Amino acid sequence: MHILLRGREIDNIDQLEVYEKHGGFAGLKKSLAMTAAEVIDEMKASGLRGRGGAGFPTGVKWSFIPQHEPLKYVTVNADESETGTFKDREIMEKNPYQLIEGSLICAYAIQAKAVYIYLRGEFWDIGAQLDDCIEQLRQKGYVGENIMGSGYDCEVYTHLGAGAYICGEESALLNSLEGYLGQPRVRPPFPAQKGGGLYKEATVVNNVETLANCPFIMREGAEAFKAIGTEQSAGNKVYCVSGHVKKPGNYELPMNTTFRELLYDQAGGPLYDDRAFKAMLPSGGSGPIVPLTDDVLDTPMSYEHCANIGTIIGSASIIVMDESVDMTWVASKVTKFFEHESCGKCTPCREGTYWLDKVIDRILDGRGTPDDVKRIADVAENMQGTTLCALGDFAANPIIHTIKHFPDDFAQHVGAASAGGD
Amino acid sequence: MAIIGNPKYQDRIQHHLAKYETKRSAVMPLLYLVQEEYGWVNQQGIEEVAGILDLDPTQVKSIAGFYTMYSEKPKGKYWLQVCTDLPCALRGADEFHAWLKDELGVEEGGTTDDGLFTVEHVMCLAACDKAPMLQCNFHYVENLGQEKMRDLLAQWREEAAQPAKG
Ligand SMILES: Cc1cc2nc3c(=O)[nH]c(=O)nc-3n(C[C@H](O)[C@H](O)[C@H](O)COP(=O)(O)O)c2cc1C
Ligand code: SF4
Ligand code: FES
Repeated sequence: MHILLRGREIDNIDQLEVYEKHGGFAGLKKSLAMTAAEVIDEMKASGLRGRGGAGFPTGVKWSFIPQHEPLKYVTVNADESETGTFKDREIMEKNPYQLIEGSLICAYAIQAKAVYIYLRGEFWDIGAQLDDCIEQLRQKGYVGENIMGSGYDCEVYTHLGAGAYICGEESALLNSLEGYLGQPRVRPPFPAQKGGGLYKEATVVNNVETLANCPFIMREGAEAFKAIGTEQSAGNKVYCVSGHVKKPGNYELPMNTTFRELLYDQAGGPLYDDRAFKAMLPSGGSGPIVPLTDDVLDTPMSYEHCANIGTIIGSASIIVMDESVDMTWVASKVTKFFEHESCGKCTPCREGTYWLDKVIDRILDGRGTPDDVKRIADVAENMQGTTLCALGDFAANPIIHTIKHFPDDFAQHVGAASAGGD
Repeated sequence: MAIIGNPKYQDRIQHHLAKYETKRSAVMPLLYLVQEEYGWVNQQGIEEVAGILDLDPTQVKSIAGFYTMYSEKPKGKYWLQVCTDLPCALRGADEFHAWLKDELGVEEGGTTDDGLFTVEHVMCLAACDKAPMLQCNFHYVENLGQEKMRDLLAQWREEAAQPAKG
């Protein structure tokens, strides 16, 4: 059953009448008949956790908003720029009203004045599509003044970024939306606090997929949602599968599904029949790489089970690599991404990513030494925990974990028996 | 022309100014209008945006420079941004990118002599299941191969040769 990718089951659910016919806006209607605090309690009870990467409990995040503040905002994170992630795009393209309904449920729960949907600039056409949807909703009384006759007013707007991965980081996103450079802010204050959010007002920042779950939760009840998935990972998740599988794409599955079920039963197994799987990056370029062993394949794709195998599910952008892939090349690709996307504000991240890129290039060119491999591992270790935002940590992950799991892939370039490892 | 006083843009400028709590927030959407009008973000456009928003032109310029989608120099009529990030590269994107540059006779970031095509490689565009892919002037073109790409290039050349419509 799809909760999010309902466009797969219901033709034209991207049309308002069709969306309404299939339960659309029932969740908002129910919410508007409850108090804001009751909506937050329902969200807390559902166990929904943020789908943008960190997995923070959504209802708890909403409850941090100080209710007595007169001005509050919701910002939808539709920046979707993590390497290998393409789920928010399908949700917005095929089921846009559900995202907007979810955003309005959040807005009502914190009594926000407006919702801003921050889209990566490349989602130019989706921005135009959402603008049309918002206009239709305004005409039918779902957006604007006195929403569904409830007396609650809320505006919804879109805003296009312009090509900067860092703007997916919530405080950088807020700076960008305010017309400043899209660089992270020093925290505290956090976005949910007065002084830390949009225009210095308390603000909820939630990912597209997170919010798209809310209409189901409010319509069917928290228990129905909590019944899906695992103890600590309720609900379905959209898993983006890319790389060496037969059928790359989005797969919406309960969070107790194993990697084996996803990669073999759903995605069709290895792209080339004569090549075995070697490794995967379960959370795009940012999370630790893991070898695709039987133990890993039999792990459920939940927050807690992924932690047990030394990685994270994060945004669930699962990049699969077969045995033909050289992990030094993977480390290089991912490092080039972070070198390009570092916003330059802190030295360890700016200089570290630049330096890592140069040395890995040297290693790949056959001009590196075993010491170079040790050195990049050290540089990466030193970047962790020393930067203003998590990008610095993300950039260190591919180096640390490719060297740890695949020392021979590095050794072959530097003429050493083994480059280190455990 | 300019964006200020140009009837083509007035509604959109007003829409963006009304959308936010502060004028400054409209800097990004207005820079897109500049790019639409001039084909790139030039000094005149920067000064117009600064004028509308009561900002210093150097502030606007630094915003424009921070983001990769604002072009700081003129591009070809078709700005082709090929994704060569890891997932696409696992499915042939590096080879496709090299082939495309070769086919058009340009270097990375270069524009063809006829001013039609600029080729650049970019990071993940959220289309990894449809590799190789690119964006042409920010619209998705996916599941590419050499044959399909040749057809598209021919189509765009033909389109460019038509006299501009009304
Ligand atoms: C460098 C960086 C990039 C990020 N990119 C995104 C992104 O593209 N989309 C997203 O939803 N969250 C992204 N995040 C996470 C956000 O900061 C934030 O945690 C998230 O939007 C919260 O929403 P959620 O609780 O619904 O997950 C990023 C974080 C970092 C550090
Ligand atoms: S860690 Fe990197 S991306 Fe994050 S603020 Fe520092 S320099 Fe910018
Ligand atoms: S890697 Fe090319 S679109 Fe994601």
